Amino acid sequence: MTVADSAAATTAAPARVAAGRRGRRPIRRREDTVYGVLRWVTIVILTLVTIVPFLYMLLLSVRPIEEVLLDPGRLLVSLDELTLSSYKEVLTSTEDGGQGFLGYMGNSGFVAVVTVFVTLVASILGAYAVSRLRFRGRGPIGFVFLAVYLFPPILLAIPLFVLFSQLSLRGNLLALAVVYVAQTVPVAIYMLRNYFATIPVSLEEAAMIDGCTRGQVIRRISLPLSAPSIVATSLYVFMIAWNEFLFALLFLTERRERWTVSLGLSRLSGSIEIPTTVLMAGSVVLTVPIIVIFFLAERMLVEGLTSGAEKG
Amino acid sequence: MTTRTLARQESLLGLRLISPTLLIVIVVVILPVIWTISLAFQDIGLINIQDAGFFGEYTLENFETVFTSAGFWTSLWTTIVYTIGATLGSIVVGLIAALALRRPFRGRGILRAAMLLPYVTPVVAATFVWTVALNPQFGIVNQWGQDFLGWDEPIAFLSQSSQTFTLFGLEVTVPLALLTVIVFEAWRYFPFAFLFIIARLQALPAELDEAAIVDGTSIWQRFRYITLPQLMPVIALLTILRFIFTFNKFDDVFLLTGGGAGTEVVSVRVYEFLTARHDIGAAAAQSLVLAAFLVVFIVVYMRTTRAGEEA
Repeated sequence: MTVADSAAATTAAPARVAAGRRGRRPIRRREDTVYGVLRWVTIVILTLVTIVPFLYMLLLSVRPIEEVLLDPGRLLVSLDELTLSSYKEVLTSTEDGGQGFLGYMGNSGFVAVVTVFVTLVASILGAYAVSRLRFRGRGPIGFVFLAVYLFPPILLAIPLFVLFSQLSLRGNLLALAVVYVAQTVPVAIYMLRNYFATIPVSLEEAAMIDGCTRGQVIRRISLPLSAPSIVATSLYVFMIAWNEFLFALLFLTERRERWTVSLGLSRLSGSIEIPTTVLMAGSVVLTVPIIVIFFLAERMLVEGLTSGAEKG
Repeated sequence: MTTRTLARQESLLGLRLISPTLLIVIVVVILPVIWTISLAFQDIGLINIQDAGFFGEYTLENFETVFTSAGFWTSLWTTIVYTIGATLGSIVVGLIAALALRRPFRGRGILRAAMLLPYVTPVVAATFVWTVALNPQFGIVNQWGQDFLGWDEPIAFLSQSSQTFTLFGLEVTVPLALLTVIVFEAWRYFPFAFLFIIARLQALPAELDEAAIVDGTSIWQRFRYITLPQLMPVIALLTILRFIFTFNKFDDVFLLTGGGAGTEVVSVRVYEFLTARHDIGAAAAQSLVLAAFLVVFIVVYMRTTRAGEEA
């Protein structure tokens, strides 16, 4: 739409409005009401649909299993019925008769932190190169990264499964972290590149004229200026690594003491001996860290994720 | 004293900085993918897994087995239905959500964040809550269905492959478990579409809408002829992205149904061949077929984004 178009539209409009005022007004007002009501109905339904499953999770984790089996449809529970015994059982180690989720949280946390650290180092360097330097092969490399991002993990699962079996690396948390790094680095580079691109080049040039090397430029100028985006990227990578399921399933299943929280919950959910309420406590334990991180960094994460959409 | 030009120096530095990433991607992704291609042409099972290498006796046997088995074609069809259903579902719900939250109101910020919960939650936790809620014995959905909606008996949403019910006097049969899995996907991924669409909505110029209001258009007309056409590029992009991601999805179906009751998508079938049947060659062959389809989608994706950038 050009300026001329909109100018024409605004000048032509008053006449038509005047003509249509008497006839159309009431109809339009009724339409406005209908859509106004529809809009609120939609908002309420969407809110229920997104939040109720989480309330249900929380609720089942604090109700005694006998009560749930007796009266499964109740969403409102009296306070004296509530109990924390499910949490106690799920977190206690297996030697003490629990389900060992505290240990699984340690494993998940370890894998996720290693993944974040390695991914950050590699992607900061990579993103700087991609956003600032002209080098041979930049185009093809970008293509390969995009392909990695879009390719099916199950395709990778086969050779890695065979390789890890051959090298007896199954059950090894560090090996799992390496697989996660390969999956998250391309996305991390993409996110960081967009932020680096917003830092004025002249700042870096000025520093180089003053005698800084490239390494010093990255450390003293690019990094401090993009600190918020680096935090956002780390949290995003942490979430991916913490949530991951398929590779954990393939590589850790036989060794219970190495399970991640996701794997633990999925393996135990098939068993009939463990009460559902205990497993619900497990899924709260799995979900809460992610929700906390998400709400801490929501704005940054959302901006990072949608920065590509603004254009298209 | 250096003889290298500045451009040459820059090029070398660029390669050096990208090399750690490149190394990881080559070792953990590219070489394994090439190896998969070679494995697909070899006869490898549990017994000779230790000797599985890049070279071996090449054979077309795996592809023969895969293409002649009815199970593969069924699962390919299931994958396509599942992918189309989930893609459409998530985008339509995402669009509705974005339109409803377009104009500011008190509490929109927190609601907008809450809307993203299904997307960020660990998939294992989300599927677990759904399986419990849909459980025929003590799930809340079946309990409420019987208490308030007058269901005669509990419905096994995740383990029953088809359900017949009467709608306006007509007998309708639906693939129940597959439908449930599709609804789950729409629930889990509508936030993704919502994010992209609302970002675009808020960047739209207000003049067009204002001019149309002055012209006496209805809300529906403004949506149909002004807003929607401007959203089409982002919706096209989302469709392709969601299609690619859903097509190779493994976690969701595996965790909800284990691939039973008519929900066996190709990726779950590959997993079965790999772990339960230990037929690595056939697993590799099937994953390659899956990848071949994906290559086509990715080419379409690149064409679309390029067209979007030029426009």
